[in-house]
Amino acid sequence: MSIQHDTIRKPSAVANGFDPLRWRRDFPILRQRVHGKPLVYLDNAATAQKPQMVIAAVSDYYQRFNSNVHRGVHQLSELATEAYEGARDKLRGFINAASVKEMVFVRGATEAINLVAQSYGRSRFQPGDEIILSEMEHHSNIVPWQLLREQTGAILKVIPINDAGELEPGAYEQLFTARTRLVALAHVSTALGTINPVKAMVAHAHTHGVPVLLDGAQAVPHLPVDVRALDCDFYAFSGHKMFGPTGIGVLYAKEALLRDMPPWQGGGDMIRVVRFDQTLYNDLPYKFEAGTPDIAAAIGLGAAVSYLEAVGMTAVEAYERELLAYATRCLQAVRGLRLVGTARDKAGVLSFVMEGIHPHDLGTIVDQEGVAIRTGHHCAMPVMERFRVPATARASLAFYNTREDIDALVAALEKAHEVFR
Amino acid sequence: MDMKDLYQDVIVDHNRNPRNFRKIAAASRTLEGFNPLCGDKLILYLKLEGERISDLSFEGSGCAISVASASLMTERLKGKTVTEAGQLFARMHGLLTREDAAVEPESLGKLAALAGVREYPSRVKCATLCWHTLKTALEHPENKTVSTE
Repeated sequence: MSIQHDTIRKPSAVANGFDPLRWRRDFPILRQRVHGKPLVYLDNAATAQKPQMVIAAVSDYYQRFNSNVHRGVHQLSELATEAYEGARDKLRGFINAASVKEMVFVRGATEAINLVAQSYGRSRFQPGDEIILSEMEHHSNIVPWQLLREQTGAILKVIPINDAGELEPGAYEQLFTARTRLVALAHVSTALGTINPVKAMVAHAHTHGVPVLLDGAQAVPHLPVDVRALDCDFYAFSGHKMFGPTGIGVLYAKEALLRDMPPWQGGGDMIRVVRFDQTLYNDLPYKFEAGTPDIAAAIGLGAAVSYLEAVGMTAVEAYERELLAYATRCLQAVRGLRLVGTARDKAGVLSFVMEGIHPHDLGTIVDQEGVAIRTGHHCAMPVMERFRVPATARASLAFYNTREDIDALVAALEKAHEVFR
Repeated sequence: MDMKDLYQDVIVDHNRNPRNFRKIAAASRTLEGFNPLCGDKLILYLKLEGERISDLSFEGSGCAISVASASLMTERLKGKTVTEAGQLFARMHGLLTREDAAVEPESLGKLAALAGVREYPSRVKCATLCWHTLKTALEHPENKTVSTE
């Protein structure tokens, strides 16, 4: 596929003084044509595009100061360490964590959740201990707990969801027993867009003395997140969904919890002294960072944070809310289309099915019009089962999307009707 | 690429009105085919009388390509022998995956309508799901499910 630059775009309606076109220019990939049509990228929940600033930060690291971190006394290693640790501190500020000791670099939200399961869960859960999850979780917040269930005999309890895709009111509180040890919950649902009332849910769990892990992969790119205001115990998120590189993410955890948790992987960088009879582990957060990390990706993610701070997360949230309302109105007007996930409090995810046209066929047809959406189960098979659909089509928004993008999606869906007429 | 090259009239018709879309109560073989990537699922029913496939049908849900492929397959193979079914599998597989350039789409009659998937690598498995299910049902009657992954 050749890349042609699409220089002329119609100005979009400017909402709340937020101009998506101003920011969109920073994303080189969005200037291309796909199948001869301007690219309309609406698969942001799968992964978001990268601004030039992030691409430059990664490239700059490799061109100017590629070297290992926390190792050498030479100039390059000092520069690399400074940039790597600088990124950690930017991320700390971005989610308002108290200390960089609470910010563990991991490969992504998936690894962050596995870390909590294998270190926190495995070292202390007993047969019959209970973990509360919800029916709307991503597979990455289900399967690590099933593995832990096999290892420890713990029990998984599931908060059901209603027809709107919201947690069934009152169901959560009833799941607590004397054996509840952890709550693991999506902040924002990947398949439905539902924003869960996590602050109140954390507060409730704490009345039972139960810690809470929040899967923030779909929240951090779209809303301001303050882990101290939420008072959550663990918060997991991925870099690539927040306009940073793949292969990097963060586990935030309260310092007191991390201090008591055993390492989950052994190797270089996580140790202080290694002898064959005994090894002393490194300080936080390095105790959980064995091996050479993805230094370039961490630095790139730091650049993504600086970029998002310039855009402003409060503005992003408000703009996306308005774009979601527009997209919801437009899609509901499409013949035979049914939205799956209509929570009152929702982020920019539109899952839908169309009567007589399978999502997979929709995906292929709209792609021919240059529109990229996801089709399938969105790594949330229990959600598909709940709504009795084999799959859905999903359009997911970012702040660089415009009303014109939504209009292009609607026009592409009309094409699907023509093909299947 | 025109979408009508992929979604030819034959495909759209067989998707809307799939042939042999029913259960065979006294089936000799029943096998479930599953594509976990997109959730396509079909159950294939075979009735054998000696070497002959006296009846062939399917149920399930899937995209237009997978439903039309299964519908066309059952239509074509009803009354054929197991050997003939094996030969047709080989030709269809060669056509859809481009592994056999010698297969002329025109020689396959209505089934040639499925050849459009060759331009869409992510959709080839949709078209081949029912054929793999058939092959497994004929060669490994002990199996209960077959997956594309």
